Amino acid sequence: MKNGSAFQRHLRIRQITGYINGTLFFLATLTGIIVLIVLIVDVFKDSLGWLDWQFITSYPSRKPQEAGLLSAMFGTLWVMALTALFSFPVGIGTAIYLEEYAPNSRLRRLIQTNINNLAGVPSIVYGLLGLALFVQALALGRSVLAGALTLTLMSLPVIIIAAQEAIRSVPESYRLGAFALGATRWQVVRNIVLPNAIPGILTGTILAMSRAIGEAAPMIAISALVYLTFIPVSPMDRFTVLPIQIFNWVSRPQEGFWHLAAAGIIVLLFVLLTMNAAAIILRNRFQKRTEE
Amino acid sequence: MDSARTTVDVSSLSLGRLRKQSRLREAVIQRLLLACALISVFTTIGIVIILVVQAAGFFRKVSILEFFTGTQWTPLFQPQHFGVLPLVGGTLLTAGIAILVAIPIGLAAAVYLSEYAQDRVRRIVKPFLEVLAGIPTVVYGYFALTFLTPLLRNIFPDMIVFNALSAGMVMGAMIIPMVSSLSEDAMVAVPRSLRDAGYGLGATRFEVATRVVMPAAVSGIVAACILALSRAVGETMIVVIAAGSTPKLTLNPLESIQTMTAYIVQISLGETPHGTVEYYTIFAVGLLLFFMTLLMNLFSQWFVGRYREKY
Repeated sequence: MKNGSAFQRHLRIRQITGYINGTLFFLATLTGIIVLIVLIVDVFKDSLGWLDWQFITSYPSRKPQEAGLLSAMFGTLWVMALTALFSFPVGIGTAIYLEEYAPNSRLRRLIQTNINNLAGVPSIVYGLLGLALFVQALALGRSVLAGALTLTLMSLPVIIIAAQEAIRSVPESYRLGAFALGATRWQVVRNIVLPNAIPGILTGTILAMSRAIGEAAPMIAISALVYLTFIPVSPMDRFTVLPIQIFNWVSRPQEGFWHLAAAGIIVLLFVLLTMNAAAIILRNRFQKRTEE
Repeated sequence: MDSARTTVDVSSLSLGRLRKQSRLREAVIQRLLLACALISVFTTIGIVIILVVQAAGFFRKVSILEFFTGTQWTPLFQPQHFGVLPLVGGTLLTAGIAILVAIPIGLAAAVYLSEYAQDRVRRIVKPFLEVLAGIPTVVYGYFALTFLTPLLRNIFPDMIVFNALSAGMVMGAMIIPMVSSLSEDAMVAVPRSLRDAGYGLGATRFEVATRVVMPAAVSGIVAACILALSRAVGETMIVVIAAGSTPKLTLNPLESIQTMTAYIVQISLGETPHGTVEYYTIFAVGLLLFFMTLLMNLFSQWFVGRYREKY
């Protein structure tokens, strides 16, 4: 009887410990969500009254009331378009090579390890690479092109890994069926693998792009801190992008510029949210189609 | 299916010639794809060569011994000192604070999501964490400087405006999703039978989670923590905005410090003339940063392979 009650007491303690810890785990999970909500509410509050049409259509200015992010927005569009243009074909090409042409070879293992490590290189190091290679050695200057090439190298590992997953999810039987009909490897890739994998590839690419356009560090190494009052019209023009413009405003001591930074952040988050929503819609449409 | 049809249409061509053409095309395409794949290899080689060559320009003027053992970093003032330790110290201080925030919270969230949460809760929570991970770091920097720092200064009145604590804590919040999602993946991969055996012995859910699931998933969890640390070491914008630009060897998180990444940005902002020692310093610091993060990434990959429980 005495033993039994000791067990009962111990069991009670164990159950209470479990209950308390379970609650703590739940609270920890909420922490992330709370931080996100506080952050967004804070930025919104700071941007009130500053985010208007004039802000979107003006160039940066010394006076906070007259400043806007027109040049930064066009810079971001330019860089994004060129980066997508370069990184999409190269990323898919690499993924196809690794998944369809070089299975289990030593070369594949080398390239794969290499890509995994590149994905972990800090973004500022890509900035240094771009500065020494594109800006100086290839004499592209602090141009849109140099910025886009740098972001291309930075986002390639992410795009390749996403494209590989999409290609891997195409059932092997599809390929074998096509091979049995006498198709060559490229015919199988072009007509069977890519059409089935492209939604997944696009989703991964859009997510990688949305990460890339939020990056400030490598872009600062390429473009430095410029005060631009024109829209870039060629890939060789100087540029600034939204994250650099936001950083520029945050780092001023006057409070007025902080409001501009908050308004700029809202615009940047809106662009990112739109891209993410596009990726999710694409993913859902794709899932529905395969279920049918 | 176009090309299959073509084969039938051009029946006038000899089959041999057609086969030769298609073999040529296959070979060309394979080479093109290989070239794409090699770009990533050349990127790595490019990073190493450029950092080493430019850093060599720096080490011609400054001894390696001074770089690694000096305790003063004043490349922009006279007298110039090139001891990198204050930058490394600042980096480790902010990254350490970030890890202290992210590992307990991230692991607890992973346990909750993998062992406690219903499917419906998981479906609501995980997108939030994904969004948290996708917020640009310049936004986190703004948040640290304009929200968290004033808040913390109510608690620590003598805290400097630019300080390691605020930057480190926000950086910690940023890497929570990384710790939680990678650890959760490792825990979900633990087979059900192990949990059932624990429950069969009368263990509570908490005991199963901490004594069965976590030990079985330890390789993945440790790897996740190392990757998170590496991410914190390489993180740039938060520390540039909120942690200050005074290289200082200190353990006091209330002081202003400078990290390796923040130094690189500081020099990049001003247009330091190409070819001067000041210009080469950023490559020496970048090289050190690259090797630190590379070592951590390799260690985490090795750890997963070495200690993985096979089921």
